[in-house]
Amino acid sequence: MSAPDVAVTVSNLRRRYGERVVIDGLDLTIRKGEFVALLGESGCGKTTLLRALAGLDPVDGGHIDGPTQPAVVFQEHRLLPWAPLWRNVALGMETAVGRAKAEAALQEVGLAGREEDWPRNLSGGQAQRVALARALVREPRLLLLDEPFAALDALTRIKMQALIRELVARHRPGVLLVTHDVDEAVAIADRILVMRGGEIAASYLTDGINATALRGKLLRELGVESDSRAA
Amino acid sequence: MTMDLTDRRLLREPADPAPRRVANRELQLLALSWLAPVGILLIWEAASRAGLITAQVLPAPSSVARTAWNLISSGELPKHLGASLLRAVAGFAIGGTIGFILGVLVGFSRVAEALLDRSIQMIRAIPSLALLPLVIVWFGVDESGKIFLVSLAVLFPIYINTVLSIRQVDPKLLELARVTGLSRLETVRRIILPGAMPSILTGVRYSLATAWLAPVIAETIATTRGIGFLAMDAREFLQTNVIILTILIYAAIGVGPTVLPGIWNAVCWPGIQITRKGAANECA
Repeated sequence: MSAPDVAVTVSNLRRRYGERVVIDGLDLTIRKGEFVALLGESGCGKTTLLRALAGLDPVDGGHIDGPTQPAVVFQEHRLLPWAPLWRNVALGMETAVGRAKAEAALQEVGLAGREEDWPRNLSGGQAQRVALARALVREPRLLLLDEPFAALDALTRIKMQALIRELVARHRPGVLLVTHDVDEAVAIADRILVMRGGEIAASYLTDGINATALRGKLLRELGVESDSRAA
Repeated sequence: MTMDLTDRRLLREPADPAPRRVANRELQLLALSWLAPVGILLIWEAASRAGLITAQVLPAPSSVARTAWNLISSGELPKHLGASLLRAVAGFAIGGTIGFILGVLVGFSRVAEALLDRSIQMIRAIPSLALLPLVIVWFGVDESGKIFLVSLAVLFPIYINTVLSIRQVDPKLLELARVTGLSRLETVRRIILPGAMPSILTGVRYSLATAWLAPVIAETIATTRGIGFLAMDAREFLQTNVIILTILIYAAIGVGPTVLPGIWNAVCWPGIQITRKGAANECA
């Protein structure tokens, strides 16, 4: 049995696609309230790991000790175009309870009073905020974020990053954020993992560390030698 | 100051006149869509009056209109039209229901597909004309045989569209159903059926057109009523006017079902402007 403050524990996880080993004996623990960012080159298996944790993909070996129903926010908002916002947020919940909870959740993400509105009237950032509300309304122990800001413009992304930090601080789920944006990881995560060769190759705590130095280190870890910003 | 003005203009301009411009454009397009049919009628009329077309070959629209008026006032046309519409509606209701149920079964269940789909596809391949003699033997020459033929014709478009629409529901939304812990029933109700609806409706639209055209063949079975009969009868007596009239009736009623998706959208997504793309594709 896992400790009460642990959101998820992954031990010796393995996943193959045919001959190719994508995840090779990976170990990972995320505590409740801890914001973990997972960086890695394209195809390194970071999304595969997230989908395994979400229960969307099977694994070939190892063990995941965590909630059966983690909440997920995908890169696309995946709102149902035929349902008003509150129904999207309360998807799968009883109408009576769901409505009230959806109202509160929409208010939290800054969309108070929009319960009856439709997804098509939302901007990209707003739609992603509804997706966030849909994830948080379930009070998940583990929140999985699969590049949720990648499709947003730079300004909206910064606002969303601030919002999500605030919400995570309040609801305290364990968070795994898959991203390829080093700056984003440095800006919002408590701990940054670099995935390589199907394993966690490096782990950095962000607390009290110089952001620029950390950024440089991470870029080197990811195989980017020269820092374009310094040049 | 200048900046402020520019900004405000940028913000304001699209807000006010744009909807009216869009509405105007829609109206223009609507008018444009009627240009060809109306234009053809006018040219046809003019050519007939100028003596370019012999009345025996192609009577003028005005002469067809006179024939129509005579048939309406004598009660002939309403009687035939009513009989045909009744067959179409009955056939659509029966065939559509069966097609939808079969489509849902096969759409959701691989076992049902294995069990049913091949037979349904084989029956689909049979032309109704080939079935006609058998239908007469089975049902005799009364209404039931005609309704049977219409039902059969209507069944397939609904069946195929229902199966495909259920199979083609966005897999990303099905993943969403899994991560939000939706039950099987909830997934069907909240995601699969609404997502499948636009495509099912395409089937309904196609079926309505079929339901209306199927009686043409069904009404060649000994009968004294229906638009198909009217056309057959006119052929016997070389009444070109009536033949043209029946053709125009088929054409006019045939465009009816095209308004259906608009009605569905208005009911299901109230207060929302629906683009031609269809809302269901925009979830990702």
